[in-house]
Amino acid sequence: MTVAPVPVPEVIPATPPPALAIRGVRASYGRIEVLHGVDLTVPAGSVFALLGPNGAGKSTLLSVISGQMRPTAGEVVIGDKPVGKLSTEKLARTGLCSIPEGRGIFPNLTVRENLRIWTYRGGLSVKAVEEQTYATFPRLAGRRGQLAGTMSGGEQQMLAISRALVTDPKVLLLDELSMGLAPLIVSELYELVETLAAQGKTVLLVEQFVTTALLVATGAAIMVHGKIQQQGTPSDMATAAHSVYLSS
Amino acid sequence: MTSFLQYTIFGIILGAGFAIAATGLVVTYTTAGVFNFAHGAVGMIAAFSYWELVANHHVPAVLALVIILLVGAPIAGALVERVLMRRLHGATAERPIMVTLGLLVILTGVATIVWSPKSQYQLNPIVSGSFRLVSINLQYQQVLTIGIAVALVIGLRFLFSSTRTGVGLRAVVDDPALLAMSGASPDAMSQYGWILGFVMAALAGVLLALTQEQTGISIVAMTLLVVNGYAAAIVGRLKNISVTFIAAIVIGLLEDYIIYYALPHLSQSLNSDITLALPMVFLFIALVMLPSVRLRAVGRLSTVRVPRMPSGKESVLGGAAFLVLAVIASVVLSSVVVRGTNLLNLGGEVMALGIVGLSLVLLTGYSGQVSLCQFSFMGIGAFLMGKVAGGGSLLGLLAAALVCAVLGALVALPTLRLRALYFALATFAFADAVDQGFFQDSRVFGGGINVGRIILPGLSFGGDRSEFLLLSVFFVLVALLVLTIRRSLFGRRLVAMSDSPAAYATVGLNLAATKVAVFAIAAAMAGVAGGLYATVNGTVGSADFGFFSGIIFVLFVTVWSIRTVSGAFLAAVTYVVLTTFWSTGLGLVAGAGIILIGRAASGILGIDRLSTLLPLPWVRRGSAAGGSGTLAGIGTTSIGGEARVAG
Ligand SMILES: Nc1ncnc2c1ncn2[C@@H]1O[C@H](COP(=O)(O)OP(=O)(O)OP(=O)(O)O)[C@@H](O)[C@H]1O
Ligand SMILES: [Mg+2]
Repeated sequence: MTVAPVPVPEVIPATPPPALAIRGVRASYGRIEVLHGVDLTVPAGSVFALLGPNGAGKSTLLSVISGQMRPTAGEVVIGDKPVGKLSTEKLARTGLCSIPEGRGIFPNLTVRENLRIWTYRGGLSVKAVEEQTYATFPRLAGRRGQLAGTMSGGEQQMLAISRALVTDPKVLLLDELSMGLAPLIVSELYELVETLAAQGKTVLLVEQFVTTALLVATGAAIMVHGKIQQQGTPSDMATAAHSVYLSS
Repeated sequence: MTSFLQYTIFGIILGAGFAIAATGLVVTYTTAGVFNFAHGAVGMIAAFSYWELVANHHVPAVLALVIILLVGAPIAGALVERVLMRRLHGATAERPIMVTLGLLVILTGVATIVWSPKSQYQLNPIVSGSFRLVSINLQYQQVLTIGIAVALVIGLRFLFSSTRTGVGLRAVVDDPALLAMSGASPDAMSQYGWILGFVMAALAGVLLALTQEQTGISIVAMTLLVVNGYAAAIVGRLKNISVTFIAAIVIGLLEDYIIYYALPHLSQSLNSDITLALPMVFLFIALVMLPSVRLRAVGRLSTVRVPRMPSGKESVLGGAAFLVLAVIASVVLSSVVVRGTNLLNLGGEVMALGIVGLSLVLLTGYSGQVSLCQFSFMGIGAFLMGKVAGGGSLLGLLAAALVCAVLGALVALPTLRLRALYFALATFAFADAVDQGFFQDSRVFGGGINVGRIILPGLSFGGDRSEFLLLSVFFVLVALLVLTIRRSLFGRRLVAMSDSPAAYATVGLNLAATKVAVFAIAAAMAGVAGGLYATVNGTVGSADFGFFSGIIFVLFVTVWSIRTVSGAFLAAVTYVVLTTFWSTGLGLVAGAGIILIGRAASGILGIDRLSTLLPLPWVRRGSAAGGSGTLAGIGTTSIGGEARVAG
């Protein structure tokens, strides 16, 4: 048996290529800049947690990635394609699923009508979407005719994340999935996140609460004042986050 | 009995036409979030286009309908969304109201040029022939109208509840950003909404025109006929298509019964064409009956850069400087005569209208309430000036102020709990009802009433120069009053109220009392302005205070700047010059102006970047706000740097 030759880096890289790369991104609201050059790479198939105190610019970064805000400098690359000036809807159609903070559903539409909107991407029939969603979240099945806005916070979040379930995105952005929810529901939702990641989807999740996020994460970073301050393993970041939160 | 049945059928047919108009409004509102004030005018244009094609150029009726409904209306709707409305994302709430009003005056202006009101416009039914049902005679055309309305309502209900596009159309107003994240284009959705709305307005226009067989169609009557749909749409709360449909049928019946049963008895006491006022009366009633809206603490991204407020001293110095200029102007103007027009008297008209403009600065500019009925108060003021104490008396001016203040409070009281759009609609209805029902009554202004110049003890204003200077003094005094109000605690409350009614109410301030007070003050100002206006030429008529003129004037003030005294003054200059020298272009210039201004909240005087002026597709819609329309729904954010809630 011969010893294998030294691997050529181009063929077998040490880490898989990033599914999402953010390079030197700056963004502002009016004249106020809130992202001051953010660099971040999220490896394909990983669950990456972005942590940081209130107002750090986490949600703003997600808006930039999903095409809702244009960066004033820098670029966002998904897969190997720079996002450039693609509109939010085009990005969504190319496989980016972004579930915004606290409002991932249409409150004045029924559950079933929300699911019908999910069919814009994915080419499924509303029937198939319903089946798949109700199989994962049986609680929603009984509420298909109810206005989504009248459901409990947990049910609303299940409906919101069902979009990621049925549209088969390549990259998934989750903003404060656990906000205001009971621990039991949070762990149920994170189980689903793990399942999605196991299917090869790349997940970037933003969380305030360090503990829940870091249980499922494979990598993490801390953002403070519009910049990535530290990046590393989830457990390192857990320790680091503690001091950041206390000092800021 | 037969006649009752016949009237009932007529009423239902009329109602079917209203229903199509009304559901069209609801469609635009639910999908684009905009109440289209030009809806009636779109129907009017469609009706006249139909006449043009069928009666004038002998195009077959069906082909004409295809051209209007499947080509003309969709293209117009798509263009309006793309060029006019899309730029308004993130603008203040009054702006879509102003822009659709601009479209209204442009369309009526164009129609007046193309289809001279002097000619007769008679239409033939799409399908001719009739049949007897029981004992009444029914025309196929009438059955067709009802059939189309019913089919349309059923079709729309299906579209909105059971198709993805329909659900998407409803979703887009709720949360355009989320719709985009789900892979659908919110802009395309809004565009569908406008296209659908325009097609339905056009269809309603043509079908309603066909009910006017005997009289033929006219521009104003056609525009107002479609306005009947507004009341039905309001009853349906601008979202419920079935309720809207039923309301429209009821309104059609009511209108028909009133015309056939009540009017013959009333006609001795009424000299005006009351049928033209009916739509607005219905609209007003529908608005008053609306349940109160809960104040929602939705923030708007306030990108308004509030013009700097002059201090008390600066205001007085500015006023003095203005008067010095007025004296110089009076010398210059008295020596020039242009096309036989006395420029001094035009100057006097400018000062009087400037005061109306100031009332709008107070009402809309400071407190965010859109009023479309300032010309009604002006006309009432002029009327009182002529009738009280023999004309030209200061008593007349006093009466104008008091009566208008009371009337203003009476209009504001039942409507003040409504949100901005409904309030604007209420003033729209009031303005037209006053115009059609009162000003047009031959006993009110008749061929014009003589007012005469103001008589003060020991002073004569018989000369044009002294009259002009007197009115200049009045303008300066009212301007100082408005600025003083703005600087006072009350004024800071007005601004706070306009920023966030919800927050205002939460702090425990009395929203209702503030609204009534400011509306009454503004009405009194307009009344006084009307009284003064009447003394300039010594005689006034109903044409001076027309409904459309009032809207056009509001647009001019908005274009120049509805937040400043200079804006009010320049608007008055523009209005008077155009009415005198190019009255055909009046509406066109005002409409074009408001469209060019787009979302620049402080008008021409507030513009610091010319790019915001261009309605070009490639000027990014979010450029001025930093973000885009998707930012709606965040907490109240203010970049205005203004004093907020006081006290
Ligand atoms: N629409 C906006 N207009 C102006 N400034 C904004 C807007 N949205 C956010 N900001 C500001 O940008 C900064 C970053 O906000 P962002 O929402 O991205 O923070 P975040 O990290 O998501 O905070 P949180 O954890 O509280 O959600 C904050 O200072 C915020 O005030
Ligand atoms: Mg956030």
